[in-house]
Amino acid sequence: MLTRQTRAQKVFNAFNYAFMIVVCLLCLVPFIHILALSLSDNAAVSGGLVKLWPVRFTLEPYRYVLDRDAFWRAFGITLQRTLLGTLLNVMLVILLAYPLSKTKEKLRTRSLYVWMFFFTMLFNGGLIPSYILIKELGIMDTLWALVLPGAVTVFNVILMLNFFRQVPEEMEDAANIDGAGHWRTLWQIYVPVSMPAIATITLFCLVGHWNAWFDGLIFMRNADKYPLQSYLQTIVVEFNFQTMSATEAERLAKLNDRSVKSAQMLVAAVPILLVYPFLQRYFVSGIRLGSVKG
Amino acid sequence: MPSSIFSRLGGLLGNQEWVGFDNFDYVFSIPNIWQVVWNTLRIAVLKIVMGIIVPITFALLLNEIRLMLFKRVTQTIIYFPYFLSWVILSGILIDILSPSSGIANQFLGVFGIKPIYFLGENSWFPYVMVASDVWKTFGFNTIVYLAAITSIDPSLYEAAAADGAGRIRQTWHVTLPGMHMIIVLLMVLSLGTVLDAGFDQIFNMYSPQVLQSGDIIDTMVYRMGLLQAQYGPSTAVGLLKSLVSFILITISYWIAYRLFKYRLF
Repeated sequence: MLTRQTRAQKVFNAFNYAFMIVVCLLCLVPFIHILALSLSDNAAVSGGLVKLWPVRFTLEPYRYVLDRDAFWRAFGITLQRTLLGTLLNVMLVILLAYPLSKTKEKLRTRSLYVWMFFFTMLFNGGLIPSYILIKELGIMDTLWALVLPGAVTVFNVILMLNFFRQVPEEMEDAANIDGAGHWRTLWQIYVPVSMPAIATITLFCLVGHWNAWFDGLIFMRNADKYPLQSYLQTIVVEFNFQTMSATEAERLAKLNDRSVKSAQMLVAAVPILLVYPFLQRYFVSGIRLGSVKG
Repeated sequence: MPSSIFSRLGGLLGNQEWVGFDNFDYVFSIPNIWQVVWNTLRIAVLKIVMGIIVPITFALLLNEIRLMLFKRVTQTIIYFPYFLSWVILSGILIDILSPSSGIANQFLGVFGIKPIYFLGENSWFPYVMVASDVWKTFGFNTIVYLAAITSIDPSLYEAAAADGAGRIRQTWHVTLPGMHMIIVLLMVLSLGTVLDAGFDQIFNMYSPQVLQSGDIIDTMVYRMGLLQAQYGPSTAVGLLKSLVSFILITISYWIAYRLFKYRLF
């Protein structure tokens, strides 16, 4: 509906656009600054000359990072955990959501199971019990410690089962009449029609595994086994409480090569940038999945 | 009584000794325990409040933008930080906010403001945590509210316009009431997170200087438990936190169900 704008509306619009641009800049400037730092000469960085554009352009920080064995080892571990972990997450979500989406008449113990899973969203034992559990299971220092504890993503199971419930029952009945059992119904009816939901959940699991750092930090006693984000954590932000005084921490921040840190953070963010277009496409539909129903 | 049952179970549970409530007594005798609880509540509640006000305001303003390309580009930019880990964002923030070399203080210096140690001063630290959390999440939440706005029946706006309501009154009388359900719902559900001040964020940005204002329950549990190997007291704190959170989440779901018939499954 187009109406002639009053003067006040014109002023408001001008301010609104300006405000949006400022907010966008607030979101972008930190990344641009880091990018500029990572592409600048060492002297320019320590002289504080670098703002939003590289000064005395160099790719040396990236060359240094990409030559580091530790970086690539951590990258490899993250790649493994992300692929294995996401695969496990998505398979378990589908396999759990299917039976739990059935009515009480078809699966009598349904509520019991749903409440059992739901309870884990409400209550958890805390840090130390989880730590002791992983230790006693003997999976410290293995990939399983990063993949198994979060294998069942209950929230996603609930999203998925709500999605499955919207699949018209006639489709399942038709499949049953044609002789399809549960497996065929699940893989040939439910999964294909739920692809948008599955894509959303897959992307969120991928991002979650890629970004996870704390589990690596506590479950890997050997720093050689750290995934990328845990490795980054130790070199980029860690403050060691036992050994470092306040002044030392500040000195270290000055001594450290900011360009190298910046370069490593940006390389670690590249995969997120790569899936970003897909995230954008699916994530509004994901919001609708999670949003309030009627 | 309980101790005898416990010792009979001893073989099952490993080499353990019944200590009653000793761990809890110890925890409550820690001098700054209440300071830590207060820090947690303060940061968490501020995050919840700002996490509602900022995205709603922004969604309302973004909704007024008529250039679709501009709107889409803005959305794309503002929710990017949401998908990066706190490790990376903290690394960036530590660099930017550094008092000696950070670009933020260089910028403030242009206006003659002396360098501020944002992450090293107790008067600043909690607010920097809240602000940076809003910075990370507001884009994502804006999209959530924007989705609620776009689902409002357009004929309501036409009716309001026919009755002579301008843009502001349309926002006040149509848009906000149309969003009220999701707003109240998200407020209610956030009740369960008042003890979660954001471990990932604070752990990556705090330092000994700001323990007084920035130490929260989760970071205390981590230091006590995994750095000082005080498993008992640390587990006690974790358990208390879990219990309180459990009660709060249960209440919040109950209210959400009573108000809106909201149920997860």
